[in-house]
Amino acid sequence: MIVEIGHFALILALALALVQASAPLVGAWRADRALMGVAASAALAQFALILVSFAALAWAHLASDFSALNVAENSHSAVPAIYKFSGVWGNHEGSMLLWVLILAAFGALVAAFGGALPARLRANALAVQGLIGAAFLAFILMTSNPFERLWPAPFEGRDLNPILQDPGLAIHPPLLYLGYVGFSIVFSFAAAALIEGRIDAAWARFVRPFALIAWAFLTLGVAMGSYWAYYTLGWGGFWFWDPVENASLMPWLAGTAFVHSAAVMEKRDALKVWTIFLAILAFSFSLLGTFLVRSGVLTSVHAFANDPRRGVFILAILAFFIAGSLSLFAWRAPQLKQGGLFAPISREGALALNNLLLTAACATVVFGTLYPLALEQIAGDKITVGAPFFNLTAGVLLLAACFVMPFGFSLAWKRGDLLGVAERLAVAMAAGLIVFIALIAFRRGGLAPVAAGLAIFVILGSLSEVAARVWRGGASLSVALSRARGLPLSFWGGAFAHAGAGIVLLGVAATGLGAETIAAMRVGVPQTVGPYQVVVNTVGERAGPNYREIVAAMTIRSGGAFVAAIEPARRQFATRQMATTQAGIATIAFGQVYVSIGDPDADGAVPARLYWKPLVTLIWLGACVMALGAGMSLADRRLRFGAPARAKSNAAAAAAAAR
Amino acid sequence: MKALRAALFLALALAASAAHAIRPDEVMTDPTLEARARTLSAELRCMVCQNESIDDSDAPLAHDIRMLIRDRIAEGQSNDAVRAFLVSRYGDFILLKPPFKPETLLLWLSAPLTLALGALGIWAAMRRPREPTPALSAEEEEGLAALTREGEGR
Repeated sequence: MIVEIGHFALILALALALVQASAPLVGAWRADRALMGVAASAALAQFALILVSFAALAWAHLASDFSALNVAENSHSAVPAIYKFSGVWGNHEGSMLLWVLILAAFGALVAAFGGALPARLRANALAVQGLIGAAFLAFILMTSNPFERLWPAPFEGRDLNPILQDPGLAIHPPLLYLGYVGFSIVFSFAAAALIEGRIDAAWARFVRPFALIAWAFLTLGVAMGSYWAYYTLGWGGFWFWDPVENASLMPWLAGTAFVHSAAVMEKRDALKVWTIFLAILAFSFSLLGTFLVRSGVLTSVHAFANDPRRGVFILAILAFFIAGSLSLFAWRAPQLKQGGLFAPISREGALALNNLLLTAACATVVFGTLYPLALEQIAGDKITVGAPFFNLTAGVLLLAACFVMPFGFSLAWKRGDLLGVAERLAVAMAAGLIVFIALIAFRRGGLAPVAAGLAIFVILGSLSEVAARVWRGGASLSVALSRARGLPLSFWGGAFAHAGAGIVLLGVAATGLGAETIAAMRVGVPQTVGPYQVVVNTVGERAGPNYREIVAAMTIRSGGAFVAAIEPARRQFATRQMATTQAGIATIAFGQVYVSIGDPDADGAVPARLYWKPLVTLIWLGACVMALGAGMSLADRRLRFGAPARAKSNAAAAAAAAR
Repeated sequence: MKALRAALFLALALAASAAHAIRPDEVMTDPTLEARARTLSAELRCMVCQNESIDDSDAPLAHDIRMLIRDRIAEGQSNDAVRAFLVSRYGDFILLKPPFKPETLLLWLSAPLTLALGALGIWAAMRRPREPTPALSAEEEEGLAALTREGEGR
């Protein structure tokens, strides 16, 4: 019964989404307040209904109701409760339901807190959001119904894919979707602005909080996915340039470019047309990613051809929204008035360059991901586009973007003084250069020294801008502190986000400095990896709730002193006849010792791969710092919706500090 | 056909491996030769996996190719010779870095082309003559002066 309620709520949500997609549009056109008002209530009700639907599916999973097909195929009574719950989105149907839930949540956010928005903009934006919702709700109901029943109900489920039985599944997809789908609202605002034919600096200000929320979550989601892959795959790689990963990187790159160009638009009323284009692009890549992952086209072109219903449906949605928004763009963009002039050497100029590099990087990722699919379809030629290609193209472009970053952050708006900025960044540059030369001297060439030097430059560059603003004119400590407090949060946010990018880069650079040992390990015989010795104490078998595992208990020592204990394991899941590797990881300062084992040989030796990965955690910590920066920027009082009166004093203090 | 089921973000990538790649008994005794073998295997795709190099895959095919590479290196063949042999046997599909050929021209040029197009766009936009900014009216001048005085007074 509860499952049917979920199904019914979803159908109602579709009906409401259709109302939301049409009535406010007519209302905005005829300047009919009542019709426009429908948008907010429809968006809220639609969200509530999808929430009911999601709750119903979650209940079926938690209660192990195997008469529901989705539960029977993706769950098992012995699975721990957390995986029963995260198993809700650990399958195609459920994850699409999560997708529309988050889509509706963003619509509800605008409906609930968008009171200060111009009525027409809000109505049109919610209508577009409703249209996206309707398309995907129809997709779920027609091709991917999670509420299908199975009769007679089996006694036991077929278990959740063991690879997905991991805390990563509970955290990663919701974060990723909050980012991915979050850009839908930016897209909707862009479409609304195009429909109205009016775009100004205020638009950027309205969209800003949503773009920052989406960007922060997408950053965290991508980082979490990377860490999940890192500890699950068994050899400690953190990024594979896999098409599924690329699908999340494309909107991130376009979204990053958008956040920056929207800042130019907000402050200087420039780059308006380009900003709107990026808003369309960012969500288009989210849709493209959804198509790539959900249609099965990646597994093989033939799997897609065998069961094309879903793929064709998403492709139609994709084509409709991308073609629709781009036509709207082509029609309206020429009518938009160009704003603010700026010299090539200025913050706007640097941001334009940053946008150029990010967009080019994004284009190579798109090309690299789609090219093999297209080439096989058109020429029948099978090629592979893997890590070496992306490192050489997108990787180099992103390094270049990192180099521009501190300059852009330090340059003044409108007309900047490059020499003065270079002077300000001299310390950071020198430090970066020293690191670069030191690494060249001690190690072989390659990209690691370049990346490390650049990372130091980026981190110190962000800090030196803070220092320059706080200590200008050789102020005393108390003055400096009060100035630091007075700096707007959005400035701090920028400094943190940029430093975070530098920290990520430092972690990536350090992967070239690690150590690897491959050995058949015997109990009591130590193996050396980097500065550490690892020894196996015991090898034993253990039973988990729904698996058995072989565990090798190991101790990590440094010069005889105990450092940490780890328990790498091999898990065998009976229901699906699959094995997974649980790496043993010890975090030492910012580095990690990482050990993964294989099945023990007949004579008791455990084949193992041991790694020392210095500074590796910086890759993910840096991403957290980036997201924190977005959060700080979001919390800036002056830039929130309906900025309250107290903001005045803050703004004055900021102005005083900046003077 | 439930091929789509496990397709959450990484699942595709994970499904093919999730275990063990290169094994201790595969490692060559000469470290320089082994280093060459590792470099080579990082450039080659495990053809039954999802975009994984044979260095990272535990598929039997990946194991076979790893052994094949080591045998040939032990025989004294160069990296290029081993690579050429594998391409002749499996096609360009095995190379993680696609070769530069007419079919991949657009792929390799995607980065420089986007850069060039973007730069051209920025250049055109900067050159475009703008409407002159309208001068302030007397009333606005007065308001601006008042604001400036107020700002300086603080």
